[in-house]
Amino acid sequence: MPYNFKKTAQKPERFTGGHRMCAGCGAPVVVRTVLRALKTEDHAVVANATGCLEVSSSIYPYSAWKDSYIHSAFENAAATVSGAEAAYVSLKKQGKIPYDAKFIAFGGDGGTYDIGFQSLSGAMERGHDMVYVCYDNEAYMNTGIQRSSSTPKFADTTTSPAGSVIPGKLQYKKDLTKIMAAHGIPYVGQSAPMKNFRDLYEKSEKAIYTQGPAFLNVLAPCPRGWRYDTAIMMELIEIAVDTCVWPLYEVVNGEYHLSYKPKNKRPVEDWLKPQGRFKHMFIPQNRHLIDEFQAYVDKEWDNLLKLCGEK
Amino acid sequence: MLRQIDPDVVAAFPITPSTEVPQYFSQFVANGQVRTEFVAVESEHSAMSACIGAEAAGARTMTATSSQGLALMWEMLYIAASMRLPIVMTTVNRALSAPINIHNDHSDAMGARDSGWVQIYNENNQEAYDSLIMAIRVAEHADVQLPVMICYDGFITSHSVENIMLLEDDLVKSFVGEYKPQYSLLDKEHPVSMGMFDLPAFYFEHKRQQAEAIKNAKQVLIDVQNEFAKISGRQYGLFEEYKLDDADIAIVIANSTAGTAKDTVDMLREQGVKAGLLKIRLFRPFPADEIVKALSHVKAVAVMDKAEGFSAAGGPIFVDVRSAMYGKADGIKVINYIYGLGGRDVGVYDVKRVYDHLQTIADSGQIDNLYNYLGIRE
Ligand SMILES: Cc1ncc(C[n+]2csc(CCOP(=O)(O)OP(=O)(O)O)c2C)c(N)n1
Ligand code: SF4
Ligand SMILES: [Mg+2]
Repeated sequence: MPYNFKKTAQKPERFTGGHRMCAGCGAPVVVRTVLRALKTEDHAVVANATGCLEVSSSIYPYSAWKDSYIHSAFENAAATVSGAEAAYVSLKKQGKIPYDAKFIAFGGDGGTYDIGFQSLSGAMERGHDMVYVCYDNEAYMNTGIQRSSSTPKFADTTTSPAGSVIPGKLQYKKDLTKIMAAHGIPYVGQSAPMKNFRDLYEKSEKAIYTQGPAFLNVLAPCPRGWRYDTAIMMELIEIAVDTCVWPLYEVVNGEYHLSYKPKNKRPVEDWLKPQGRFKHMFIPQNRHLIDEFQAYVDKEWDNLLKLCGEK
Repeated sequence: MLRQIDPDVVAAFPITPSTEVPQYFSQFVANGQVRTEFVAVESEHSAMSACIGAEAAGARTMTATSSQGLALMWEMLYIAASMRLPIVMTTVNRALSAPINIHNDHSDAMGARDSGWVQIYNENNQEAYDSLIMAIRVAEHADVQLPVMICYDGFITSHSVENIMLLEDDLVKSFVGEYKPQYSLLDKEHPVSMGMFDLPAFYFEHKRQQAEAIKNAKQVLIDVQNEFAKISGRQYGLFEEYKLDDADIAIVIANSTAGTAKDTVDMLREQGVKAGLLKIRLFRPFPADEIVKALSHVKAVAVMDKAEGFSAAGGPIFVDVRSAMYGKADGIKVINYIYGLGGRDVGVYDVKRVYDHLQTIADSGQIDNLYNYLGIRE
């Protein structure tokens, strides 16, 4: 069935309003879209790593989650949900669970690229029927905007501050999506909650309903950490995709497919300029930083095109 | 024993000397002898995390570890207990690094004594087998709902070949019963949120409830042990008293060295020395009043710890026993012995030296050395 935004938007919400995420935060938009891809009749078990999403959506005694939800720690959402999945397999075999259940973990970039990486890699390798969704806001936001291995080069964070000698973070962003693809799991997708949410919805549906482990890496802007005007979030996501800073693609059974190719690839300045975390790159003597950023994006994009057979 | 309990999920990671537990178990799974899902995790942190996920999803869940494995689980031990998940774990006691050492002492489990797990220490394989079966009932009891750790000595007990009395499969099955969790992540009709963010308005009350639960574990263990005696003929207590009734001097000790020490007691009794022994079984919750009562008539006690607490004020069992006696059994002289760290052998005559020391204290009414190390080269 072709994607119909109106129809999918009418499905009952599984992640409710009233949570305490900041206005203009990308994470709840990601969660809502992913959960919307569940069949209405399916039960979901959601595991969540410690982070902004967790502390803002499950403040006792209130929960924004209509499905079953478990948070246990920061670095182990994948292992935790893998245990729940193992319980399901065992109890289902024993005839104790008469319906289908789906297993989804949500972690921030810190809980996924960094401290939770081992747990994620282990769960994916073991082949549990689960989806791990990283909502990537490119820093440890919950503890006050510290750098993570997902933070892009030159970004100003509280532990990679832009000073008079050092221009923000010195390392490139870790390419986690490709690392997860290298696990040889059946489905990997890189997405963003964009336009009519079609890309993220369809990738979520595939990830959830592909037998075996799946990984989704989803860009989730954070107005506090990125320092952009909250009103432009949706536009900023489009810029990320159109500059090829955050390309949309999927890896299905090891095969790379490009999901979207911008007609006009925009310059990285369009992405950097609206964000306070890159402000120092725009003082005249730092022009070379922008050039380096552009060269890196170009090289990575070129690589991806080759992997996707587009070049 | 794991095969007989036939849990729904086991998540475990190999470490000497508990490696055989997941190894034998994978074989049972491979041979279709159990219905269990075995999760071969990539670390002990993930083992405990997966156990938490599985138990929260309503599965009877078990695991095993030792030493560094238990240390790596540390964060998740507290979370398992505080989320009130009745996971049962075998801790095959081994010394902690550094220096790395694969032999037995109790520093691993003693480091987890305040994590909110019920802890039961065991002298030999028979006791460990029996305790593991009973642990399921204690953990899952509505008044408890807490994880239980069954501790016994690495190599000395875990790799010893002893004849033990096994119960029939059906008997074990009916004794442990079917697991009926109150809440489950897999209950579609009643979705739950677990492990939530708790603010000062509720956190304190949640901790108070947890404290009550572990307090309840004592009576529940007594009841389960009485019921177990009926099917097995083996009656356990909160601790074991060996020739303690009329003893003048006594030691308090946990796990396998209690067996050695009983031989020492027999030897001394033959020589007319009124020696006795109290063997720790339930250590968390700590049966303070019962222990004080059992020791109330002796003149001098040595509490023996196979773990150095690094408090510079005595090992962990010593601290608990002495503080329990304070104000209730003040006349009694209590000393501490640290022994057997890293697997240092302790024989009948080593233990005799402790009793000899106690005799001098009992005779003189004076404690010369409060903190002692057994058989150390100083
Ligand atoms: C073991 C452990 N280390 C550190 C923390 C503190 N901590 C909580 S959330 C967090 C950062 C979360 O970052 P991320 O995963 O990117 O999620 P975000 O808050 O950005 O959404 C940190 C460092 C913790 N809770 N547990
Ligand atoms: S700090 Fe950022 S990630 Fe966290 S809730 Fe606010 S906007 Fe969202
Ligand atoms: Mg983050």
